[in-house]
Amino acid sequence: MPNTNDLLFKTLADPTRRALFERLCREGEQTVAALTAQAGVSQPAVSKHLGVLKEAGLVRDRHAGRQTHYSAQLAALAPLIDWTSQMTGFWQSRFDDLEDLLKRMDQ
Amino acid sequence: MNNNPPSETRSVVVERDIPHPPEKIWRALTQPHLLAEWLMKNDFQPQVGHRFNLRGEWGGVLDCEVLVVEPNNTLSYTWNHPHDDPAFNLKSVVTFTLTPTRAGTHLRMEQVGFRPDQRQAYGGARSGWENFLVQLEQVVARTA
Repeated sequence: MPNTNDLLFKTLADPTRRALFERLCREGEQTVAALTAQAGVSQPAVSKHLGVLKEAGLVRDRHAGRQTHYSAQLAALAPLIDWTSQMTGFWQSRFDDLEDLLKRMDQ
Repeated sequence: MNNNPPSETRSVVVERDIPHPPEKIWRALTQPHLLAEWLMKNDFQPQVGHRFNLRGEWGGVLDCEVLVVEPNNTLSYTWNHPHDDPAFNLKSVVTFTLTPTRAGTHLRMEQVGFRPDQRQAYGGARSGWENFLVQLEQVVARTA
């Protein structure tokens, strides 16, 4: 589970990638060309980002003729939306702060 | 509604080996000014039955009541976030257990008692990431 989250976080940490993914969520399936037209980066860059999103399971591609269509895979977000893993993350980060505090405290 | 037990209990466990003795960690868990430094602002007192609030940076307030105080060993309190919207309403119990080890302390935190439809954490506004997740969730909700 933590590894899955790491991958998802890393994948979505990039603003361009996140924008692509959000657009697929909002507007449904899109071709690479259509995504490139609004992405503000080159088509090879868009394709590369889509490849990373695909690797993380966040998008799926479908080939039709010369076009590749991408769609968002919302189920891939389940580990992030899941309350239990959010709380685990909350406590892990609190414990980081606790350890910092303990270092500063007197015995 | 608030008196009903959660229809499904869930549990979060976070454990960590910490190179400090239990007595020191106990202070960080029970002295309000120390607790504030790593968890949240509070009016905590280590007395069973004491009611207190934890106040998050995001403006949320948790209602808490001390359940168990076994110095240097076990601390437990309720961790409730009353909210009109059932999706945000939360009743849970947090228990810290400290076990001495050769290198220091094994610290275990268990939180139990979530509602099954609890999705957005009370701390949902804490960071940009969580904001993003909330927004994403809204996007998902609209498109699902």
